[in-house]
Amino acid sequence: MTEQTGLAETQHDGGGTKSDGAVVRDALGVGVAVGLSGFAFGVTSVGSGLSLPQTCALSLLVFTGASQFALVGALAAGGNPFTAAAGAFFLGVRNAFYGLRLSQVLALPRAVRPFAAQWVIDETTAVALAQPTRRATRIGFTVTGLSLYVLWNLTTLLGALGAEAIGDTDAWGLDAAGPAVFLALLAPMLKTAGERAVAGIAVVLGLGLLPVLPAGVPVLVAATAAPVVLWAQGRRRRAGGPRVDRRRGGGRPEVGQDEAARGPQGEAQGVDVGGHGPQGEDGRRGDRQGNHR
Amino acid sequence: MNVWIAVAVTAVGCYAVKLIGLLVPTGVLERPLVQRLAALLPVALLAALTAQQTFADGHDLVVDAKAAGLAAAAVALFLRAPFLVVVAAAVLVTAGVRALTG
Repeated sequence: MTEQTGLAETQHDGGGTKSDGAVVRDALGVGVAVGLSGFAFGVTSVGSGLSLPQTCALSLLVFTGASQFALVGALAAGGNPFTAAAGAFFLGVRNAFYGLRLSQVLALPRAVRPFAAQWVIDETTAVALAQPTRRATRIGFTVTGLSLYVLWNLTTLLGALGAEAIGDTDAWGLDAAGPAVFLALLAPMLKTAGERAVAGIAVVLGLGLLPVLPAGVPVLVAATAAPVVLWAQGRRRRAGGPRVDRRRGGGRPEVGQDEAARGPQGEAQGVDVGGHGPQGEDGRRGDRQGNHR
Repeated sequence: MNVWIAVAVTAVGCYAVKLIGLLVPTGVLERPLVQRLAALLPVALLAALTAQQTFADGHDLVVDAKAAGLAAAAVALFLRAPFLVVVAAAVLVTAGVRALTG
């Protein structure tokens, strides 16, 4: 993908300059690739029993892919509207942390923020934070947001219309699209032992409690794997010295920094393209953040 | 009606967290523990959702064509295939297995 080379070049000349055209190309690359996957959402949503207006309303108003897939999955499984919404909401919480980083680098006027907020998602954050200057960051955010929003909603509509025309979407294997999307988002996040432990415990809780708890609730219980593993790590760190999770080094102030830098990237990688090497990306992000400070 | 309630609650909630991120003063969400929790929460939710949507049929656990589809998606991810190829692999293999097994 063009984005890779574009970013790599700025990396080499110190990150100080980057033409507007190059930023727009990067942004459109991500916006178009991910925007097209709205098709999978439209098909899945209608295949799960939602109507066409409900499906389109989700893409227009919620506009954060994982939460949308989670909601239609939970509703299809027979969850009540509030447990279903809770699962989708918790998945969307990460966007608050993206917004935090973006508000620092975009420096938006307060009046503009309510309008920019809807576009604060994995992909716009990844593109915006990868830019060397404030101007490039703003262009990257805006172009990614706009192209992704327009395409995601268009392809949602087309997918929903297609699914209505097909009828039995399961016969076409389209019910596998939802879990495949989740897997693609999840895979790049599983880098450390801690992350793999969280995923493992969550799978056991989610499947194990399925027969005994009301629909939608097991996923919420599975979410407790995150604080449980954090707590266990904290205990071990206090008991056995600072080196619990080797990847994180020792320095406590860096931990948060590192997480924040990696968060959006991990996600975006899953969605964006196969070719990115995680290492190069992380290093690059670190540099950029240095520039913004 | 229930679906519309869920759509509305999700839309309001998801928009609110996006806006909060842009509006809160720096520092409130900067605490390392809060950040790490925010990074791990999606891991837990996505893992549970992937497993459930693959192996759940109502309150029962089943292994059907979708499991084969997910395995195909995993292979595609391992080979660093683009996002849409990953999803397409899952759909095609699931459909293929269903067609073969009736």
